[in-house]
Amino acid sequence: MTPAENLPAWAALLTAVLVLLGAALTLVGAIGTLRFGSFFERVHAPTLGTSWGTGAILLASVVCFSALGSRPIVHEIMIGVFITITTPVTLMLLARAALYRDRVEDDANVPPRTMLRRRSVNAAAPESGDEPPRG
Amino acid sequence: MTAAILLWSVIAAQAMLVAAMACYAYRVIRGPRAQDRVLCLDAMYVCAMLLILTIGIRTGSAIYFEAALIISVLGFVSSIALAKFLMRGEVIE
Repeated sequence: MTPAENLPAWAALLTAVLVLLGAALTLVGAIGTLRFGSFFERVHAPTLGTSWGTGAILLASVVCFSALGSRPIVHEIMIGVFITITTPVTLMLLARAALYRDRVEDDANVPPRTMLRRRSVNAAAPESGDEPPRG
Repeated sequence: MTAAILLWSVIAAQAMLVAAMACYAYRVIRGPRAQDRVLCLDAMYVCAMLLILTIGIRTGSAIYFEAALIISVLGFVSSIALAKFLMRGEVIE
């Protein structure tokens, strides 16, 4: 354990608190993934780890290396920006894929296609259906 | 004293991250459907990246930051590819 002796006390304590906070949030997200029942509930749980789990550990790294190098070192922000941008993209694409797969299999638990699509289908063929034929 | 606090809190954080990876690995193995497995693989690479960052804090070496950056970039690409595969049945159309 070479670097910790060189850290000032405030930096060491701040790093310890932030590392523990980030890891605990990530663990809570993982337990949520185990406990939730359906996929669309489960897709929310890991974002606890990708938002403040990642953020707190990255902040701890920034504090630790800035105190070690006695100058501000903020290149960890790059990982934070990248994770923040990519996680919603991945999860929205995955949720749409899951919705598509459920609809293909006629799962009754997922909502039907949007009202806009259904209305345009009805407008395209108004005669077919509920009105009885005249004459 | 503060050095010992930092050492033990980093070790505890690594244990928690490994436990989180174990939860995700259980879901990858036992997941009811393919989308659960892809979701948990996506979360596992974030956990691995955080684990490498805590190793970097523990050793005070800046090399681990670059490994974490590479994992975050390549993990995103692989998750997107898997989600596209679930959607269409092929990755490149």
